[in-house]
Amino acid sequence: MSGFSVLFKRELAMAWNRGGGPAVALAFNVCAVTLLPLASGASLDKLKLLAPGFSWVALALASLLSLERLFERDYEDGALDLLALGPAPLELVALAKCLAQWICTGLPLAVFAPVAMTALGAPMSLAPLTFLCAVIGGLGFAFVGGVGAAVSLGARAGGVLIAVIVLPLFTPLAIFGGGAIAGLSMGLDWTSGLLFLSAYSLFFVALGPFAMAAACRNALS
Amino acid sequence: MITVLANPQRFLAFSRVAAPILGVLAAVSCLAALWLGWSVPDDYQQGSTIRLLFLHVPCAITGMFIYACLAGSAFFGLVFRHSLADAAARAAAPLGAAVSFLGLVTGSFWGRPMWGAWWVWDARLTSYLILFLFFVGYMALQASMDDETKADRASGILALVGAINLPIVYFSVEWWKSLHQGQTLFEPGKMAAVYEWPAFLMLGAFYAGFGALWLVRIRGEIWRRRAQALAVQGSR
Repeated sequence: MSGFSVLFKRELAMAWNRGGGPAVALAFNVCAVTLLPLASGASLDKLKLLAPGFSWVALALASLLSLERLFERDYEDGALDLLALGPAPLELVALAKCLAQWICTGLPLAVFAPVAMTALGAPMSLAPLTFLCAVIGGLGFAFVGGVGAAVSLGARAGGVLIAVIVLPLFTPLAIFGGGAIAGLSMGLDWTSGLLFLSAYSLFFVALGPFAMAAACRNALS
Repeated sequence: MITVLANPQRFLAFSRVAAPILGVLAAVSCLAALWLGWSVPDDYQQGSTIRLLFLHVPCAITGMFIYACLAGSAFFGLVFRHSLADAAARAAAPLGAAVSFLGLVTGSFWGRPMWGAWWVWDARLTSYLILFLFFVGYMALQASMDDETKADRASGILALVGAINLPIVYFSVEWWKSLHQGQTLFEPGKMAAVYEWPAFLMLGAFYAGFGALWLVRIRGEIWRRRAQALAVQGSR
């Protein structure tokens, strides 16, 4: 287990220090959330219908940002070769990367999500559920995105390709998470959406590292 | 049968005979289905637009079947490291993208008179659109990698991850309140018998057509790879 903690600390340091860490993703989220009212020119009472959905879209897109660097950096400077040869299995490396991604990018975005929603006119009563959904959804976004990033290692045109691969896999997260928050705002059942969201995220937490490790081994061979 | 066909020589010999037979079968079934489709009476509710059923449903079912073939080939390619399986997966992807796109378009043409909308975001349509996007993502990933073996492996992993969508599409009309019609074709007695014949004939035509085209495309893949290997050898 000490191997995992070393890997994890390294990934946390890399995610936090290089590339601006959570600040860049947060800034992107603010810009995206700003675009909606400016583009639609709508008043607050019309915006609040869209607010939960749009803050989820902004969360998904901001999670896409740092995906390209997740494996690419180590792949290019040879660190991934060393990690593949080392004592820790590549699955553990993938797990550490995605967890660090979640903690450095996903959690700050999850804290910001209720703020974004309130700025778009949604009532404060939705804030706790939004935060919870964003935390769990952020975990799902990190691991699903990790699968997409690992699979496209060594491909040309990295960033857009990862988005094309990963966005179809993001859709259930958007459907269930957005559905839960929309359900709460309309007074309907919100627990099933939350449970499905958690199930999908945990599915990818459990099985994603295997797919990521297989993809990394393929890229390194 | 799969292990027998795994040998490229035997596969080429088999497909040389099988592809034209399947092609003729597909053409005959298609013509029969079209003739029957035009001659059946109008539906008491949907009028003449019921004839779109004979095009839309086979397209949609075949799209899902092609994805299953793609995922199966990718599985064999990844697990057994067999290049013929990789070639089969690569060959099936454009066919699947085209057929599922046709399924979406024909469904849209049917939805406009029936539901009043070209598109609705219900479970069945959304998950089928995601199926189409998985085909596109698969082809995009393959096209973006220079090393072919690596491209096949990576896109194989992606195809397997996307296979989770197949049961979602299939059961989407049961799990969610959907505007789309539920299970009708394969439930005995749910559809009028006079409509069943053209629908199943057209489905058979699509399956046979896919079989013929897939075999032809795999043959093309085999020859392309051989030509590439010869070119590499010749340049030494």
